[in-house]
Amino acid sequence: MEYNGGSVIAMVGKGCVAIGSDLRLGNQALTVATNFEKVFPVTDRIYIGMSGLATDVATLREQFRFRVNMYTIKEEREIEPESFAHLVSSTLYERRFGPYFIEPVMAGLWKTQAGEYKPYIAAADLIGCLNFAKDFVVAGTASEKLFGVAEGLWEPDLEPEDLFETISQTLLNGVDRDAYSGWGAVIHVILPDKVITRTLKGRMD
Amino acid sequence: MECSFALTGKGYVLIAADTTAARSIVKMKIDEDKIKSLGPHLLMAYSGEPGDTTQFAEYIERNIRLYQIRNLYPLRPPSAASWIRRALADSLRSRKPYSVNLLLGGYDTSNHTPSLYWIDYLGTQAEVPFACHGYGSYFALSLLDRYHDPEANLEEGLAVLRRCIDEVSKRLVVSPGKYRVKVVDKDGIREIEF
Repeated sequence: MEYNGGSVIAMVGKGCVAIGSDLRLGNQALTVATNFEKVFPVTDRIYIGMSGLATDVATLREQFRFRVNMYTIKEEREIEPESFAHLVSSTLYERRFGPYFIEPVMAGLWKTQAGEYKPYIAAADLIGCLNFAKDFVVAGTASEKLFGVAEGLWEPDLEPEDLFETISQTLLNGVDRDAYSGWGAVIHVILPDKVITRTLKGRMD
Repeated sequence: MECSFALTGKGYVLIAADTTAARSIVKMKIDEDKIKSLGPHLLMAYSGEPGDTTQFAEYIERNIRLYQIRNLYPLRPPSAASWIRRALADSLRSRKPYSVNLLLGGYDTSNHTPSLYWIDYLGTQAEVPFACHGYGSYFALSLLDRYHDPEANLEEGLAVLRRCIDEVSKRLVVSPGKYRVKVVDKDGIREIEF
């Protein structure tokens, strides 16, 4: 996890979820790129963030895109966040004794019978042990710091703009205490009808 | 020790690689070309484990050429980079992985943009404005942070490259003596006397 560095976080809001990552790609202590996004869209309402070994981030992004496309074709419908989390889990567990070195964080909205959208977030370890949370999930080299800041700032039922502010402050202040993460951040706030994506400037040191 | 540098400018990508072929502490050859042309507008500098580098570079070169013959058009730089990354990532989890680090510079003739990719032996890929491999990166990256300009013309780009190479020659104990410099732009690939 310390080889390339990087951190990811996801938070629940009121009828919305947010997910974000820092932008650093390093080679141990040497920073190679400052535009390396670790969060990718899966469907219009599901995003996945991956921290860890950058080669596996790219490989698994391709792998998940393939598997989600196969699911969509076979089922003739888009995948729901909970099914996607289990797809991620089983993809990682397939490599139980020679794992991909990534910790995924998933965020999405699922449609209830009544037709309203409910937030869903989950994280997993590198062999796919899922962790569902009601509030927030973190991963990466700054995860301890992110836990601390998120614990202090997060509150239930945040509106989209407040959620954006909360996750942004948590991520930026968390990664500032970590040498392996930082160099700016990107945040996606997922709403039922749209996704708000904003790139944040951070400390460049 | 092996060093390679690359930087983008206004409508071009410059790639420089040292020309020494070393084995242990001995220089076996001082005029080795470690930058391959993968197509009319694509350059690849490679470094790493001696046998692996040539073997892998030739494998990539022939497959990119095969694609061009089959489809009449060459792969564009982003697609070529993704394919090469995949080849390295698959190799990483095989019985005998290739240990080859690459700098891939290309000029996309369809939208007139130069692009540069940093790829390491694990299959880590990053699109960057400038990049280095080897011990030279500890000196050159900070110079490039300060002096790189994406809007610079070729002369200015070469001046920045000159700064990097001079700094590495001055400060690195095991610095290489000679470099080969190639540029790719709208007119194709050229070698520059440096």
